[in-house]
Amino acid sequence: MKIIGWQIGDGKMLIGVLALQGAFREHILALEKMEIDTIEVKSNDCIKEIDGLIIPGGESTTMGKLLDSFDLRDEIKKRILSGMPVWGTCAGMILLAKDIGKEKAHLKVMNIRVKRNGYGRQLGSFISKGKFANYTNVSMPFIRAPYIEKVGKNVEVLSIIDGKIVAARENNILVTSFHPEITDDLTVLEYFVKMIE
Amino acid sequence: MSERKFLNTNLAQMLKGGVIMDVMNAEQAKIAEKAGACAVMALEKIPADIRLEGGVSRASDPKMIKEIQDSVSIPVMAKVRIGHFVEAQILEALEVDYIDESEVLTPADRVYHIEKDKFDIPFVCGAKNLGEALRRIGEGASMIRTKGEPGTGDVVEAVTHMRKMNDDIRYIYGLKKSELMNAAKEMGAPYDLIKYVNENGKLPVVNFAAGGVATPADAAMMMQLGCDGVFVGSGIFKSGDPVKRAEAIVKAVTNYSNPKILAEVSENLGEAMVGISVNDVSENNRMANRGW
Repeated sequence: MKIIGWQIGDGKMLIGVLALQGAFREHILALEKMEIDTIEVKSNDCIKEIDGLIIPGGESTTMGKLLDSFDLRDEIKKRILSGMPVWGTCAGMILLAKDIGKEKAHLKVMNIRVKRNGYGRQLGSFISKGKFANYTNVSMPFIRAPYIEKVGKNVEVLSIIDGKIVAARENNILVTSFHPEITDDLTVLEYFVKMIE
Repeated sequence: MSERKFLNTNLAQMLKGGVIMDVMNAEQAKIAEKAGACAVMALEKIPADIRLEGGVSRASDPKMIKEIQDSVSIPVMAKVRIGHFVEAQILEALEVDYIDESEVLTPADRVYHIEKDKFDIPFVCGAKNLGEALRRIGEGASMIRTKGEPGTGDVVEAVTHMRKMNDDIRYIYGLKKSELMNAAKEMGAPYDLIKYVNENGKLPVVNFAAGGVATPADAAMMMQLGCDGVFVGSGIFKSGDPVKRAEAIVKAVTNYSNPKILAEVSENLGEAMVGISVNDVSENNRMANRGW
């Protein structure tokens, strides 16, 4: 992890990982493997400095609540709407969606309808391998995962597993139902880094 | 590691940095979810009441668990007695997300814990030290928590267990390979798991704090001692303002190393849980001594 003071002016990419709750450390470790500088985002003071943001898996209700508790919601939303690349895995996908069914949506920046706990409870969790964008054989662990029920017209579908949309992109916003950060497969992380470059 | 084991230990990873709250009905579960809990533990009596009322305490009524499952979207955990594999089979049939083989309930077996590897559902177990944690992981637990002394509002035992765990891990980490088999013997822990700790300097699964956590400061202290998250039992619903205290503990766990935020969230929480000092609980009545 890098301290912000060093970052200014050295021109290297800095990716923020929302660190309110959930598997943020796994994303940071995966990015470190790729020698990318990361910073834990817990408050607003570093949001202006980051080149991209990852919203990790965890519990979306908890993270949504903490986004408000620490006044992060508006600042993050503003940067996403002005084009900062963002990637939501699992709970992160739920936080970015405009429609999550009966409950109130959180950041509401991506034109998708997401089904929470799409595969049921923990016994419904599974691992798959499949196509993601132009890549094949990508490792995909699904843990109490959501899936995308419906996409808006500017949304590009990047992966379908068993007839369900599990990865998609709308301009600068990437979402995956599954967790690449807990595998050794860096394909999706590399894809996101290219979005930032 | 089997695929199921991978999924189960990683569900615990997703709970990290979160607070898991004991709840006794659907209404409390909704309060906990709204306050930002990352999971709830469904049980009929919270530890403070079990302590007060005595008697035999067992796994909860499936009806109550189902009502709680229907009322929230966060993971629902539930407790079984130590060694009671049939209670565990029942909870697996109900598809709870995690089973806690817990010393808070009256143990059902004096010698054996549940053979957790036989189940698809993940288990969390309590531990007072590294040997106990590795025995539970060896049996198939996907998550560990400190035992603390539940239902007291006194955090001292949880602190003791966490410090012991850290000391034990540092000790094993510093050993030469030739010394590991003897350490395994002395700790009564599986050799392959001792080897894992020696190579990685940490437990192979997440470790949460539990037992006596009653304030945001307690929760943050356990996080600073190296816990991955916090269980809160009687501390919440036995306090003056459960909603406010629950929210404060959630915020404290996220910002455990920021005293300024901790000061803000600790303000004006109303009456804290009326505690019992662990020293006033007779050796016989200590829950942490159950299990081994």
